[in-house]
Amino acid sequence: MIPAKFDYVRPSSVGDAVSALVGGGEDAKVIAGGQSLLPLLRLRLAYPELLVDIGGLDELRGVTDGGDHLLIGARTTHYQLVHDPLITEHCGLLAQAAGTVADPAVRHRGTLGGSIAHADPAGDLPAVVLALDATMITAGPAGSREIPAGEFFVDYLTTALAPGEILTGIRVPKLSADWGYRYEKFHRTAQAWAIVGVAALVRRSDGHVAEARVGLTNMGSVPIRAAAVETAAAGAQASPEALREAAAGADEGTQPPADLHGAPDYRRHLARVLTGRALEAAAGV
Amino acid sequence: MTATVDAPTAELGKARLRKEDAKLITGQTNWTDNIKLTGMLHLAFLRSPYAHAKITRVDVSGALGQPGVIAAFSGADFAAEQGSLPCAWPVTPDIVIPPHPPMAVDEVRYVGEAVAVVVARDRYAAADALASIDVDYEPLPPVLDIRTALDPGSPKVHEAGNKSYEWVFANGDVDAAFSDAPVVLERTYRQQRLIPCAMEPRAVVAQWVGDEVTLWSATQIPHVLRFALSAFFGIPEQNVRVIAPDVGGGFGSKLQVTAEEVLAVLIGRKVGKPVKWTETRTEGNMTVHHGRDQWQRIKIAAEADGRIRGLSVDLLADMGAYLMLVTPGVPLLGAFMFPAIYKMDAYSFKCTGVFSTKMPTDAYRGAGRPEATFAIERIMDELAAELGIEPLELRERNWIKHEEFPYTTICGLTYDSGNYEAATAKARELFDYDGLRAEQRLRNERGDKVRLGIGISTFTEMCGLAPSRVLGSLSYGAGGWEHASIRMLPTGKVEVVTGSSAHGQGHETAWSQIVADQLGVPFEDIRVLHGDTQVSPKGMDTYGSRSLAVGGLALVSACDKVVAKAKIIAAAMLEASADDLEFSAGRFSVRGDPEASKTIQEVALATFAAHALPEGVEPSLDSDATYDPDNFSFPHGTHLCATEVDTETGFVHIRSYVAVDDVGVVVNPLIVEGQVHGGIAQGIAQALYEEGVYDEAGNLVTTTLADYLVPAAADLPSYRTERTSTPASNRLGVKGVGEAGTIASTPAVVNAIVDALRPLGVQDVTMPCTPERVWRAIQAAHGQPAHGQPAHGQPAHGQPAQGTEQSGGMA
Repeated sequence: MIPAKFDYVRPSSVGDAVSALVGGGEDAKVIAGGQSLLPLLRLRLAYPELLVDIGGLDELRGVTDGGDHLLIGARTTHYQLVHDPLITEHCGLLAQAAGTVADPAVRHRGTLGGSIAHADPAGDLPAVVLALDATMITAGPAGSREIPAGEFFVDYLTTALAPGEILTGIRVPKLSADWGYRYEKFHRTAQAWAIVGVAALVRRSDGHVAEARVGLTNMGSVPIRAAAVETAAAGAQASPEALREAAAGADEGTQPPADLHGAPDYRRHLARVLTGRALEAAAGV
Repeated sequence: MTATVDAPTAELGKARLRKEDAKLITGQTNWTDNIKLTGMLHLAFLRSPYAHAKITRVDVSGALGQPGVIAAFSGADFAAEQGSLPCAWPVTPDIVIPPHPPMAVDEVRYVGEAVAVVVARDRYAAADALASIDVDYEPLPPVLDIRTALDPGSPKVHEAGNKSYEWVFANGDVDAAFSDAPVVLERTYRQQRLIPCAMEPRAVVAQWVGDEVTLWSATQIPHVLRFALSAFFGIPEQNVRVIAPDVGGGFGSKLQVTAEEVLAVLIGRKVGKPVKWTETRTEGNMTVHHGRDQWQRIKIAAEADGRIRGLSVDLLADMGAYLMLVTPGVPLLGAFMFPAIYKMDAYSFKCTGVFSTKMPTDAYRGAGRPEATFAIERIMDELAAELGIEPLELRERNWIKHEEFPYTTICGLTYDSGNYEAATAKARELFDYDGLRAEQRLRNERGDKVRLGIGISTFTEMCGLAPSRVLGSLSYGAGGWEHASIRMLPTGKVEVVTGSSAHGQGHETAWSQIVADQLGVPFEDIRVLHGDTQVSPKGMDTYGSRSLAVGGLALVSACDKVVAKAKIIAAAMLEASADDLEFSAGRFSVRGDPEASKTIQEVALATFAAHALPEGVEPSLDSDATYDPDNFSFPHGTHLCATEVDTETGFVHIRSYVAVDDVGVVVNPLIVEGQVHGGIAQGIAQALYEEGVYDEAGNLVTTTLADYLVPAAADLPSYRTERTSTPASNRLGVKGVGEAGTIASTPAVVNAIVDALRPLGVQDVTMPCTPERVWRAIQAAHGQPAHGQPAHGQPAHGQPAQGTEQSGGMA
């Protein structure tokens, strides 16, 4: 657990951070809470020559009410997501999912932006922001950009962030009170990554599902929206049987990985079962 | 059931907080890695990426120019002096013990074997320079499955072949027991490979001054290590000092003479500076010896009423690439434990030790006994299911009744004490066994998606390693005694020196309690010294739950000698005859004249002054004692586990866990509780979570704690623990508790899982019972084999392994 040598800067503004990142080129990496990058450094799986530590940029931390949306600073920790009253009120799914990330030590240091920018498909929050239809806000040499979550995750550990670009915040539309939610995480130990996770949002109307959104964790190289489930659930009766039936297509279009904790066919099965459970919980049935 | 050894005493049985803990929890611990010596250099090892390969060239010259690098060596540089790492347990006369050079010279036989080393000014420089060493390998075929390793066409790990030894034991007429038995069951169980994962990684510091070397090591066995360095590596024993500073757990993994310890000593001598090495977790997972890894074929013959006629066990044990300190003997420690608490007419045991191109296996918490206990307790449940007898009832029909002790088992062990009825009755009540059975029936009738299962483990084990004559008869290379010294200081305080070197067990507290009672001095006045061969020159160290049952008895014997000497001096001080003195609570008094008395502290000061000692009496109360036990001790207990198994996902939730243990007389209930809790956790870890996995090329896949799942508090239930107590036949009545929880809990959990799923047709789930394996077992039992291959080429989970089919049935 001995990292290779690297240079380190801790800029005091987003502009300086972007300049440092641009200056460092391909061998520069942003570090925030360090909960994803540091293990890679210590295992010598990553060899950046420059770390740009955005830990001093307090403007990237915290939650602001933007009227019909919340703006969440990229450096907001998992712990803050769990405990912030605005998040709990307007997008409780994020708080619930953040509460399942690893252990308390990780949740106090790890950040929302770090989890999104690292883009590990086994991470919990990418599938959640995908289900929430969130928008990623970036700062780069060419100014600021807004990237919808659906376009942000490009491949395994790869995002739409351009060279020199930093994720500064995430804009999440507020959900009205008729939305229910559930993050169903399946893992072997409390600290372990999800074998499969399902982030479900359901809007109910007159005993039916008016609208459902489902994001899947660890069912491919990127977080995935379970489109077949969303279509099948829309208009379905809000009953366990109907929702389980809608969940039967949860693994359509997925390419789940194989590892020690599960072969692809087992993950497909889990996705169906867990999606049913998540929809039931989100629909309150 | 309470102890009846002695009248209750002041300290024995008191839940003292541990003396050790203030230091541990305030960061004042002296770990080996904290040691910094002037001029100290750091080592980094280059390790084989191949499971099996010829080394055709090693060129370390590239490392020499790197920043901070002082030296670099390959195996050839040590060839003349490095010898072979010792195996102390040649279990049969014709055992194959291949040479095991600390650093590979011509051939590597597992991934992680050291092939070169960099010596640098700091550990970063040392690690960086590893990339500049060139090694050419010529890959050879790996040997990864011991079930086929003995086939004639199999590639060989060593030239002599893949068989290390075959060890057999039999008693009674096994053929008769099986030939016309109404029921014969045969099962094959897999004891997966485990990685010990002590919290503190291994670390070594070696310092030469002239021709004397001091080795600090995170070891369980400073005394054995000193002996080994001298006996096998040619350093005169009087010039070797080994220090085990504070050591953060071992579980058997630090019961070893490691390559890195030997190499640190050799490198320190070559470079003339102190050297240090601390492993990374990944290095540790690859190169700390592993545990378990057996295939167990077990066959049981019984009457229709469930009475056991005979038991037959055929083990294949994976030795790994080499035989380390006690590698071949570990399965033999289990040989005597398969019959467990049950009476039977005949028993046969065979173990074949087989080489593979994996990290060697060796002692891991329980060492042989957890494996044996698992197999017998699993097949007892299968027998109960086969015969339709309630599983606790089946056990009771077969176990040794409390009035039958001492009882000589079919293995020839004499169980001195025990009361299986009492422990089981208590566990049953705490668990609400009948209530849970009723709930289980209801849920089965309803066809619940989450099924309830009840698992039983009525275990015993043997600890207190060990009577030296028994070790001798098993060809072990040393004795099993333990040593203790008492030093009475002039002010009446006491230094206790123990050869049993603790690494987390709480000896400093427990030993103080024992000595406080024996000498009648306050607990606070006692200091326990251990873990440095210069301070504690004699000892056999700490493993096999031996410290209390052997080291504790040595302590009592040493205290006796102090009291005997002090009595003579006290008699002189009181102008009385020693025969007229009685000693109680630290005070010598004249029988019939309680006013005439001297405390042991007064006697200590008078002895120090030595002004008026009786003729021929030396001015010293100090004593030494070496205790060699005449029998093992046999803790036992009944563990009951309730699991809820989600049949949709395969997830296993432990709903409740009851442990009633009989460890004899308890010195400190708090320490016992800690050992039981930790032990159960480690056993549950084998049942549900942990497995050291090699891929088809022989690479270890589980190199980090993200892949090797060690459960944490959040994953484990709150245990309900109680005790019964039948005193052991030694003077303290103690048995030992370090491994009981681990030995007991694994079968309790797996039995509970199978019990939950038996109505669905499931007969077994291979450990660790991961959700995927449980799910596949259910699919297979439904006659709907799951599609697709399980990950990483593992055996088809949940499918009966070869040989698990019932080979007999109701006649």
